[in-house]
Parts: sequence; C-alpha cells; structure tokens
Amino acid sequence: MSVAPALNMAGRATIDGTAIFGPLSFVAPAGEWTCLLGPSGVGKSTVLRLLAGLGDEVLFLGEASAGDGASLCGRVALMAQSDLLMPWLDLTANVTLGTRLRGQKTQQDRARQVLERVGLADHAGKRPNALSGGQRQRVALARTLMEDRPVVLLDEPFSSLDARSRALMQDLSAEVLAGRTVLHVTHDTAEAARLGHHVLLMTRRGITSVPPPDSPIPRRYDAPETLEFQGRLLRMLMEAE
Amino acid sequence: MKSTLRILAVTLLGLAGWQAVVTWGELPRFILPGPRLVFTTLWTSRALIAEHAVVTAIEVLLGLGLGAAAGFASAIALAASPLARSLLRPMLVFSQAIPVFALAPILTLWLGYGLWSKVAMALLIIYFPVTSAFFDALMRTPRGWLELAHVMNAMPGRILWRIRVPAAMPGFASGLRLAAVYAPIGAIIGEWVGASQGLGYLMLLANGRAKIDLMFAALIVLAVLTLVLHAAVDTACRRLWDG
Repeated sequence: MSVAPALNMAGRATIDGTAIFGPLSFVAPAGEWTCLLGPSGVGKSTVLRLLAGLGDEVLFLGEASAGDGASLCGRVALMAQSDLLMPWLDLTANVTLGTRLRGQKTQQDRARQVLERVGLADHAGKRPNALSGGQRQRVALARTLMEDRPVVLLDEPFSSLDARSRALMQDLSAEVLAGRTVLHVTHDTAEAARLGHHVLLMTRRGITSVPPPDSPIPRRYDAPETLEFQGRLLRMLMEAE
Repeated sequence: MKSTLRILAVTLLGLAGWQAVVTWGELPRFILPGPRLVFTTLWTSRALIAEHAVVTAIEVLLGLGLGAAAGFASAIALAASPLARSLLRPMLVFSQAIPVFALAPILTLWLGYGLWSKVAMALLIIYFPVTSAFFDALMRTPRGWLELAHVMNAMPGRILWRIRVPAAMPGFASGLRLAAVYAPIGAIIGEWVGASQGLGYLMLLANGRAKIDLMFAALIVLAVLTLVLHAAVDTACRRLWDG
C-alpha cells in the first residue's frame, strides 16, 4: 500500500438543479479515521460518491481531491451499506473480484490471508447465501482489504447489522484498516463516537468538526467518555434541525 | 406428493368428463373419439407415432438450441454496444410485427420440405422472447455492483462478462422456459405447411383420413413432449442459476 493521502473536499453539489449539499469544506487527515455524521438526506453519501469518482448524475462545483495532489483514481476502495457480494461466486472469488476485473493475476494466498484476518478462512469455498449478514459484511471487508488501497470510503456499512455484530465489525474494521485514510459516512452517533479520530457533523447548515475524546480507537462502547461524547453528538444533531 | 395427487385427480376428472360427453352426447367417433379409443390407438399405433415424434423432437431441440444461442448472442451484442442498440432494436421490434406463422411457406420454399425449414420456424418463434428476456436482465444489473466495479478500475469487457452476464442469467433462464413451450409450436407449424414426417404431418394426415383418434393420440404425445421439455429446461436452469 502506498502512503495514505489526506482527503480535501470543498464545493457544492446539485442534481437536476436541486441542491444536494450547500457550500461546504472539510479535510479528512491522512492515515486517520474520519466519521461524517449526519441525518438522512443531507448529502453524506453524495460526498462519498464524489470522492469515489462516482456520481455522474451529480453536478459538483468545487474540488474533491487527495492532499498529495495526485489523482484519487485507483487509490480508493469502497464499502457500501449492502455487501455487494456476487451470489454466483464463492468467498475466495468474491474477495479476489478486483484483480479479475482488472485482468490481473489473482493471488490465492493473499485471499486466504485476508479471509483468515476477518475470521472466515474456514468458509472460503462457500457461497455468500450460506452466510449470516454479519459474516457477509466481513467478506466485504476482506474484499476491501484485498484491494489494499490507501483510502477507504465506508458508506454506512454496518447499519443493517444487529447491535452485537455491529460492535464486532467496528472493532475488526478499526483494527484492519488502521493506517489508511478512512472516511466513514454514518448516521449512528454511537458508531461515530467509537470510531472517529475526527468527527464531522454534517447538517443542512454545513459541516462542523466536533473533537472526540483522546482515547485510541475503537473506543470502548461503555466507556464514560464515549457515552458522554455520543450524547453530545446527539444533542448537536437535535439542535441543528 | 399432495400436488401430484391433485394433478392426477384433475386429469381423471377431465377424462371422465370427456368420456361422458362422448357417451351421452352420442357423438360419432370421427367428430370426437372417447378417451378409451384414443388411448387404444395410441398403444396400437405406438411405432408409427414414435417414429414421427422423434422427428419433431429433433426439430424442436435443434430449434431450441440454435434459437437460444442466437438470442444469447444478440442480447449481449445489444447490451454491449449502444450503436448495435440504436440500429438493431427497431428492427427487432419490427420483426415481431410480422407473424412468424406467415413466414412458414417462405421458409419451406427457401429451405425445402426437410428438417431445416422446421428448425428455422422453431428458432424464429423463440428468438425474440429469449433475446428480450436476456437483454432486459442485462440492462438491469444492480447499480451497486457496477459502481463497485468502477471503483475497482475494472475493464469494460470484464464488467460485461464477469458481472452483467452472470447477474442476468436468471433472465436468460426465464426466456428459455418460455422458449421450451414455444419451440414445439414453431416446429408443428412448419410441419403443417409442408412435410413428410413429424407429429404435425401425422396429425394433418390423420385428419384428412378422418382418423380423429390417431390425431388425438398424436396431440397427446406432442403435449407430453412439450411438458417434458419444459420440465427439463426448468430443472436445468434452476440447477445452474437459481442456487
């Protein structure tokens, strides 16, 4: 993996003349985990899509770029709310999808390693349908690791999981994605309080940075400072509307 | 098991009704023969019927195979190239405005009285449903998969073959299921227009000689052939693509 760059975003976006998000600007520092927290419909996902080079339907005026000045193309991996696993491929083939789509040689050994890392090595030959929702999201994480990109964009990847699977997934992701620049879109204040080195609160009025506790991530879900911060985030969300 | 019993019960009821109409309606056997007579004829003429059934089965299978292959290839060409879409799509729709039935005499003229004019009929009749079902499925690949591929810097050809085509296989399968029922219709029309073999030919022949029992016997064999073909295609599709 090359050195992780910071992410810079400044500008405003419209779709067919309707404003998606107003003028805003933020920086996601290099090699750290930034949570973009906000209610539904404020354009969080659009921010992520623009950074991922998607969103052809969006008219974006501004810049979405890497801090080192080089192009983001080929340096970004994406993990969405839906696991996006291909039901006709087994787990190994799903994890190595990127290499095959690019026409590169697949590295079976590495696929095995990343599946081991997310605790699914024993299931390598299974199809996604045979797994639980939490396991499927772990495969999606393994696929993201396999891509080995310095920037990882997370679009509410844990929101459809039950509370226990979600907490486990948060721990695992914080561990395996350490050192990369992560921009994590979420509407869950507890998640932002656990995972963000930086937490950006996005509302219709724009983006505010809310400094989280100093403790390392993933923060304990029952630590007083985590709970206090979570409460503060929720209060700010309530007051913003 | 329960559904098998139900089908059996309905079949028996139908046969009883048929026999009742024949018995009490005092219909002459050259208008409507009873089920007993038809099954007797089916048994006594089994060699004759089997000989013709094999011919029809070969026509249907060839038509189905070639039509499915042509439909598969066309749908992929249409999905892969916007140019092909703009050129071929109006033609495809226009071709559907011509009843395939009306083409049968021309096909017989061009391809002769043998096997190939019937294969061509079966092929033509299934080509559109297969192409259309598969093409629609190819154009409806879930957006998330395409975006994932885009972020992975995938090559366009690989997106087509490794994501869009496999994701569209259930659509192809539903086209094939329809095709399994339509293909025999095509072959029979072909045989009616001009043939010296096949179940369609046998039915016309029997009709002309007022052997209505033989005609019904051939019809039953044709229906069974179609049902078996549909069941086989359905089973194969489910094994391959539905998990």
